[in-house]
Amino acid sequence: MEMWLGYMQLILHGAWITIQLTVYGCAFALAVALVAGLGRISPFAPVRWISVGYIEFFRGTSIFVQLFWIYYVLPLMGFTLSPMQAGVLALGLNVGAYGAEVVRSAVQAVDEGQKEAAVAVNLTRYQTMRHVILPQAIVIMLPTFGNNAIELLKGTAIVSLISLSDMTFQAQVVRAQTGNTAVPFITILLLYFAIASVISFAVRSLERRLTRGLDGVRA
Amino acid sequence: MDWDWQFVWQILPTLAEGAKITIIATLLGYVLAVVLGLVLAVMRRSHNGFVSKPTAGVVEFVRGTPLLVQLYFLFYILPEAGITLGPLVAGVIGLGLHYATYTSEVYRAGIDNVPRGQWEAAKACNLTARQTWRHIVLPQAIMPVIPALANYLIAMFKETPLLSAITVLELMNQARSIANYNYRYVEPITLVGVFFLVISLISVIGVKYLERRFGSYGNRGRAAT
Repeated sequence: MEMWLGYMQLILHGAWITIQLTVYGCAFALAVALVAGLGRISPFAPVRWISVGYIEFFRGTSIFVQLFWIYYVLPLMGFTLSPMQAGVLALGLNVGAYGAEVVRSAVQAVDEGQKEAAVAVNLTRYQTMRHVILPQAIVIMLPTFGNNAIELLKGTAIVSLISLSDMTFQAQVVRAQTGNTAVPFITILLLYFAIASVISFAVRSLERRLTRGLDGVRA
Repeated sequence: MDWDWQFVWQILPTLAEGAKITIIATLLGYVLAVVLGLVLAVMRRSHNGFVSKPTAGVVEFVRGTPLLVQLYFLFYILPEAGITLGPLVAGVIGLGLHYATYTSEVYRAGIDNVPRGQWEAAKACNLTARQTWRHIVLPQAIMPVIPALANYLIAMFKETPLLSAITVLELMNQARSIANYNYRYVEPITLVGVFFLVISLISVIGVKYLERRFGSYGNRGRAAT
């Protein structure tokens, strides 16, 4: 029993790394998604091209390849990143590319009349986006963002392969030290599921908060 | 950083071996995902709570946990229970199970979209549950979701590098062993990225075609009702 407590601590330590990766990764992905998603529908063609290039590239290549590329190839170009930085960068850029498409489709899903009304009351392009379109688009984005956040959480498991000691890595350590496979792996499966449940619960309550008072407005 | 073309030509045959395994694993895993996903979707629709509730629980659990850990589970834990799977078999089963939970949600959306009247009409014609599913509901449910199913083929293809973690000698694993052996990471890993990018971009064109071909299927019956 004493022994398992020690190993449990190891796994919880890994869980903390996993949570950090998820939080930083999500924050980064969200920022990237907003920039690339809005860039994709920008009136300036070069901005659109860059955004499309970024989105297609990161959606088209595997997260796994991206992570290894960032971790092993970037140092040869003079950027040395810690495993944590490489993990956040890869996860953020990868999930951000998927998020960008969500941002784009949500912005385009906002009723055309809203944009016309904004033009009619003489709002600038920035004001229209900031005060009229985005508040409505965010409500549409939220459920998919919740799914994306869970995808990101699941993606964090692969950073164990670049020697970052997250939950999966620690479970492997416990397996190697005790020779017992079932206990550490079932433990981390339950922990991952618990974290995923927390994320979907948080997104749902956020959704309820943001849609408050919008019932009559949305179709 | 320099790019060595000679090294590229030298490693291409080995990478091609890996690509073959990657493609085999993707296709076999996808067949499993498409078949099992349909079973899960129908089970989740069952009127028997002892069938539908556990199915929903399993789907949520598998969707909420990482594929990598599931692969470790299949590869390291099942042998303790007396079931020893080869790496490729474990990998295909892992991919198939994981993506079956995703395709089951796709099927579910398709099934939910079949108008109620179709179920009622089937009942009125005195069809059994089996006949209703087989001849009335599923043909209408599956056609419109074919493009969405194809998207998961692409998604799954991009997850296959995870199989390298359970020692399957697929593309990424070949690239890494070449990289570690020669101490050159740029070419192998970049080539793997290019391979995935090219196949993904081509597949996207394929999915667009499927969308044109099947995307409007669901709206036909709808207009009449």
